[in-house]
Amino acid sequence: MIELAIRRRLRSFTLDVAARFPAGVTVVAGPSGAGKTTLLRAIAGLDPPDTGRIVLDGEVLDDGRRHVPAFRREIAYVFQEYALFPHLDVAANVGYGLAARGVAPARRTALIADWLERLGIAPLAAARPGALSGGERQRVALARALAWSPRAVLLDEPFSALDDATRGGVRDAVRATLAGLDVPVLLVTHDEEDVAEFAAPVLRLAEGKENGAVHRVSVRTAP
Amino acid sequence: MYAARATAIPSSIRAAVAIGAALLVAFIVLPLAALVAHLPPQRVAAALATPGALAALRLSGLTTACSLALTLVLGTPLAYVLARGRFPGRAVVDAIVDLPIVVPPAVAGLALLFVFGRAGWFGPLLGAVHVQIAFTTAAVVLAQLFVGAPFYVRAARAGFAAVDRSVEEASATLGMGPLRTFARITVPLAVPALAGGAVLAWARGLGEFGATIMVAGNLPGVTQTLPLAVYLGLEQGDVDLASALALVLVIVALIVVALVRVLERRAA
Repeated sequence: MIELAIRRRLRSFTLDVAARFPAGVTVVAGPSGAGKTTLLRAIAGLDPPDTGRIVLDGEVLDDGRRHVPAFRREIAYVFQEYALFPHLDVAANVGYGLAARGVAPARRTALIADWLERLGIAPLAAARPGALSGGERQRVALARALAWSPRAVLLDEPFSALDDATRGGVRDAVRATLAGLDVPVLLVTHDEEDVAEFAAPVLRLAEGKENGAVHRVSVRTAP
Repeated sequence: MYAARATAIPSSIRAAVAIGAALLVAFIVLPLAALVAHLPPQRVAAALATPGALAALRLSGLTTACSLALTLVLGTPLAYVLARGRFPGRAVVDAIVDLPIVVPPAVAGLALLFVFGRAGWFGPLLGAVHVQIAFTTAAVVLAQLFVGAPFYVRAARAGFAAVDRSVEEASATLGMGPLRTFARITVPLAVPALAGGAVLAWARGLGEFGATIMVAGNLPGVTQTLPLAVYLGLEQGDVDLASALALVLVIVALIVVALVRVLERRAA
């Protein structure tokens, strides 16, 4: 469970979100520039909010006094352009979070093989990210994010870098993979088709006003 | 578009440009060719086998290895901070780092003397602990560090700036702390740029003359590096020694230019 109430001033408006994210997928929707990525980056610890609290499973990650750095949060982040490590092969990319936690090599190898298998990218284990297609990179990014059992998973526009032909298939695969997780999963998208396909609770970042200033506030809708 | 414009230039101008270019290239190549052709290989070998030549070769190897090590250890964190840090005075620090590239080496040597010499700012402190720096091998290393480090810091700063920030952030979200992210992600991705800068800095240190002779003097085996030995060889009428050592430096320069080209292509 992620509980948060944060505020962050952006160039043209103030992002002002209060929400709870239980285990399972929540789609965070809204137009481009609505502050969706800002929200994810705050939860990940990459850009702290100006004010407010972020709590994960009862542990305070941010509250103005305390700021847990990103590398201690155990929150996985799938970047829009994937941000794979170009100098490491697919297996090393997927095993990176395990290496960070000092998981023994034998167990690491087994977990990597398991995740490569699950996402259908086992034949690519020795390839470098530069040699992969967009859909393949997406799967590597997902495997890298999930292989070390994070406490929450954040996905920033996971399908926007894909062409129309591959998007549908990848979306089904991602949905199936995320459905098996027992942690909060936030999927950010500007695409209403993603919203419809995921059939999950939706948090919309919509425009509102407070004291004459433009605010983006969150509105939760049922699936 | 470009080809169309190129053909539009009158042939008389094109001929003039070609002649100018050929003159300059010839001007660079001719002296080096004369140097290479000056001595038959046997006399080069004989000159390089003399104790004076061997001492200069050994001293240059030792001192440039030390100054390169210092450049890497001190310059790498600085380059990263300049590439990624946001702090007041960053532009000033950035400019200061470039200064030694344009300060005349003899001026740099004099300035170093005013800090590390017996009468310099650190003179009393060094004297109290019975450490002498000026006119020792240590001064040679300091002179090389001063003139060479900027070449490394410039290249490393550009190399670090070119590393995609989101890749470093990905490493953080996966649980790697800042130091481990630096070692596993940032440095490997910037390695061609770092290596190119290191080669340039080392070469600049190897060729260092003006600052060295000011702050370290010209003592055989102690502060007499290759360029100083070339100068002294000519001065004392041992042209064979001077030209043989000069040949070594030219060959090193050729290798450095080729190496930097290869590394720049890999960095791009």
